[in-house]
Amino acid sequence: MNNVEVTAKKKREPLFHITKRSAIDWKVSIGIRAVAILGALVFMTIVFLFLSDENPFVLYKSMFEGVFGNSMRTWILFSNTAILLGISLALTPAFKMKFWNCGGEGQVIIASLVSAMLMFFVGDSVSYPVLVVLMLVSSLAIGAIWALIPAIFKSKWNTNETLFTLMMNYIAIQCVTYFLKVFGNAQGNQEPMPQFALPKIFGDRYFLNILLIAVICILMFVYLRYSKHGYEISVVGESERTAKYVGINVSKVIIRTMIISGALCGLVGFLLVANGSCAITTTITGGRGFTAILVSWLAKFNPVYMVLTSFLVIFLQQGTSYMGDIYRLDTSMADIFIGVVLLFIIGCEFFINYKINFKKPSKENKEVAK
Amino acid sequence: MNTVALELKNISKRFGDKYANKNVDLTLERGEILAILGENGSGKTSMVNMIAGIYYPDEGEIFVDGKPVVITSPKDAFKYKIGMIHQHFKLVDVFSASQNIVLGIKEAGRYKLSEVEDKVYEISKKYGFHINPKKKVHEMSVSEKQTVEIMKVLYRGADILILDEPTAVLTPQEIEKLFAVLRRMREDGKSIIIITHKMHEVLSLSDRVAVMRKGEHVATVKTAETNEKELTEMMMGEKIDLNIERSEPVDPQDRLVVENICSKNAEGIPVLNNVSFTARSGEILGVAGIAGSGQRELLESIAGLYHIDSGEITYNDPATGKQENLRDKTPLQIADLGVRLSFVPEDRLGMGLVGNMDIIDNVMLRSYKKGKSFFLDRNSPHNLAMELIKDLNIITPNEYTPVRKLSGGNIQKVLVGREIAAAPSVFMAAYPVRGLVVNASYSIYNLLNKQKEMGVAVIFVGEDLDVLIELCDRIMVISSGEITGIVDARNTTKEEIGLLMTKARKGDNTDE
Amino acid sequence: MIITFLVSAIKFGMVLLFGSTGETLTEKSGHLNLGIPGVMCVGTAVGCAAEVIYFEACGGKLNMIYPLAVFIPVIATLLGGALMGLIYSFLTVTLHANQNVTGLAMTTFGVGISKYIIAVVDDYKFTAGAKFFRMSILPFSDALGDVGKLFFSYGILVYLSIIVAVLVSFILNRTKVGLHLRAVGENPATADAAGINVTKYRYIATCTGCAISSLGGLLYIMDYLNGNWEYVIDAIGWLCVALVIFTIWKPVFGIFCSILFGVFYVAAEYIPGISLSDKEIFKMLPYLVTIIVLIITSIRNKRENQPPASLGINYFREER
Repeated sequence: MNNVEVTAKKKREPLFHITKRSAIDWKVSIGIRAVAILGALVFMTIVFLFLSDENPFVLYKSMFEGVFGNSMRTWILFSNTAILLGISLALTPAFKMKFWNCGGEGQVIIASLVSAMLMFFVGDSVSYPVLVVLMLVSSLAIGAIWALIPAIFKSKWNTNETLFTLMMNYIAIQCVTYFLKVFGNAQGNQEPMPQFALPKIFGDRYFLNILLIAVICILMFVYLRYSKHGYEISVVGESERTAKYVGINVSKVIIRTMIISGALCGLVGFLLVANGSCAITTTITGGRGFTAILVSWLAKFNPVYMVLTSFLVIFLQQGTSYMGDIYRLDTSMADIFIGVVLLFIIGCEFFINYKINFKKPSKENKEVAK
Repeated sequence: MNTVALELKNISKRFGDKYANKNVDLTLERGEILAILGENGSGKTSMVNMIAGIYYPDEGEIFVDGKPVVITSPKDAFKYKIGMIHQHFKLVDVFSASQNIVLGIKEAGRYKLSEVEDKVYEISKKYGFHINPKKKVHEMSVSEKQTVEIMKVLYRGADILILDEPTAVLTPQEIEKLFAVLRRMREDGKSIIIITHKMHEVLSLSDRVAVMRKGEHVATVKTAETNEKELTEMMMGEKIDLNIERSEPVDPQDRLVVENICSKNAEGIPVLNNVSFTARSGEILGVAGIAGSGQRELLESIAGLYHIDSGEITYNDPATGKQENLRDKTPLQIADLGVRLSFVPEDRLGMGLVGNMDIIDNVMLRSYKKGKSFFLDRNSPHNLAMELIKDLNIITPNEYTPVRKLSGGNIQKVLVGREIAAAPSVFMAAYPVRGLVVNASYSIYNLLNKQKEMGVAVIFVGEDLDVLIELCDRIMVISSGEITGIVDARNTTKEEIGLLMTKARKGDNTDE
Repeated sequence: MIITFLVSAIKFGMVLLFGSTGETLTEKSGHLNLGIPGVMCVGTAVGCAAEVIYFEACGGKLNMIYPLAVFIPVIATLLGGALMGLIYSFLTVTLHANQNVTGLAMTTFGVGISKYIIAVVDDYKFTAGAKFFRMSILPFSDALGDVGKLFFSYGILVYLSIIVAVLVSFILNRTKVGLHLRAVGENPATADAAGINVTKYRYIATCTGCAISSLGGLLYIMDYLNGNWEYVIDAIGWLCVALVIFTIWKPVFGIFCSILFGVFYVAAEYIPGISLSDKEIFKMLPYLVTIIVLIITSIRNKRENQPPASLGINYFREER
């Protein structure tokens, strides 16, 4: 073999190739994710170095101040985490079923709208407890209906649910815009009606959100893991053919699950109005309907991990926006920061699922030398 | 002049920690047909995939014309004039034949389909096959698709052709035509590797035979100097008693009566045409036929998974003596009638089991609904899983292992075990030993025999005629959705069944 | 009145046409890029920023000259979009990440970036550049009256969108490259076996697609909105995703469909006596009709009208 061939061969020989991992140690998988988050932080540090004269570590310190600086901020952190977690939990049964419910945003918004409308139209004419019950029930119902529509078409004609639910989001937003144009004030806003808000528990708004979502989190975990419904959801999600083979009524499961998913979104929508703004805006969800998809996916659809992932996202959101305020960085920095962290985590999944096998160069050379 | 076209030296390939191939050496001469013989899972396909650039070997070297080469992609393979015809056709089904043929070729000049079509015509004349270059692949028959595959390789001027089980899906007439084409290619100086596990094909076509076993290359022998027995022994390793025990049916009763069922697929082509038969208790009814002749649809229509247009399916309940009509019932409705019907489908992980779930969760797939509780009862499935692991020798780290991580044989044991645990009165199994090693196959045969002895009506769809003849009591032959005959397995021959398998294919113009 | 209405509808339609042509190209390679709203935001913001840089380099709008004032932002937009496409492809092709999730993260990320860019630059400066985008490039438009207005009065990007749609259609259906690309989207294993570099095709198609889509946002801001920035590009991005389905993956057919969408979108502005609130109902129409098309195509279920067979699925050669 002459030299030209050897070098040609060396050049063409792949340096490494990729194989799927059969199993991974959980410690390694956590380690990989930690490295990814660290990588994102390093990346953002470099960005901050360019954008701000401040020492990046001072910036990071201010992030922590933004979330843990005083008890008020910490409560806001937990409360917002609860809301995001709530939407993520709502979407999770759908995702486990491989039903890409990208309509959490719309399902929450439309429920918020209905709650706000009830405050506006019947708030003064019925007694307070009746109003609360009415708001709760209608929010759950409208959220469920918003999710049910795509579910029916999916189960009947396999209509693409990702795109269907996406479109439903914008219809919901247009409904809100319409309502505000007709009944809003001159600036196109609804006057808040705090007289109809839910009672404060322990003197605070936040506690109810946290308590309620914590209960739902546990219930959802049990529902998915230990109930017959949860089992059916898993089977349908893993293989529709298997589900049919064992006699599961796939359409029924899809519709039932989407009603639950939508109703839970409705509950969050109710909370956002009745235990929050007491009025409707088009931006009431702040995109959390979409963020929740990522939160749920990053947690591998496990309600317990979801507590962590939603906390991470809210932590970054609140921390960066506080940091932005203090050091006059733009508010968009929060979106960018979260985007970068998410992209790093999404990317690192590769190293959890696949193994890179490097060729051992010494051995290769020996073979060539022969 | 080098007479060796291709040489493998010390090739190894692992998937996870399992060897698919280990230290394989192989030579292919110029102008010869080399058959590669081996059981399913013996590493034939992974080895040729490395030659074709689909996989990359972990160790070892490949030589073409005596020169070492590195084949990291199918593109590299084409460069060395190596072309592979895969078992599962790699065709884009919305494209026409010529679009598929020209796919991936870098030629100078403009892209003109008419020129491609002319060249395709020329090649087909040279080797003697028929092809319509304008036809869309999704409108083609299996044999036509295979022709397109071969044409793709020839169009690229391949000198080394690899065919992975090309005959599995063809009728005998189609096989003869294919072999004629292959012989003309050999005369033309091309080297051909053909993978098969049909012995008579090996003997009638090849110049030399390479035998694979458990990922290793056992030996290469001249076809003229060997015989069926010797090859079988090499393939199997130690001599295995091929006799499958068969007891006489005890008091057979009509358990399941199928009358004149007909069904058409979405394109209006009949998949089941006037199918009638009776499955009796204490008997194994074999179903033979070329793959895709309606076996799957037949079993699925009995199980309530496939819609039939007309006909009746009647079940005679051994406990009550009542007759139940199963037609147009869902699997749930059938179970609610008290019909104990077990079904081992062909596609284990796609239909029978959920790959990502553990053994316990898979075991309870059929029974999880029992009881009024909102919650699952995992205790009795857990016990059942432990029993199955013990009784059927399922090799697994523990009962919490996802079934997709088990080997093929153990996956099948979980599935068969679960279906048997339901104490069926009718047991249907489609290709239950496909992809299994010999020992695992035999344990499946034993399980079927045990069911038979317990008075269950067993329906067994198989592909190996030898096994069907030794295991079953009666063999029903299906061809193009029609039953062409039901024979007594004790007094039949492979030739008789083979003839029935290809009989009365009215729809096909086999002499085209 | 009707002419102004149609002109406005066509202009808006061409915004969507860019978006959907780019996304069609991407989807033909098997990528369902839900990050397209983010991609369009970034591309547009980069383009606008480039206009500002050009503005400052010229020292004022009086010194800006015609081809450059359009050319520079267009190139910048293409690069911005392609860069986003590159990130998306790296994650989904090289790192095998889930396409839906990556897309949504790209949208969050992209919207953030675009907000940042626009907050940093002086947005009044690209109103200066807008006139070059709105300038009719065809001399005879005034002479032909209404016909001239309807067909020949647009800025260069509107015509470019049609040219690009036709070109993409031609490439997809009449060239070897298009044949290979469609094979990659239909059946990547087959394409791979045929020696087509699946990775390369997916990367290039996605980056090119993202670049083309981004031009839609630039057209919207610079031409349709006369250089006034508005945070609606992500909503337009979702409309483009909808339009791809509406056109059943055919860019030339997309020319007509996009105009129809444009009609829906702007109709409310031109219906006499309509109240401000009822306009919002009209803006719902594109989403509603897409849902209807989605439903109808799924019910009819014709082989030719289906999405590329491996849409949304990553390809890993050694998958077993």
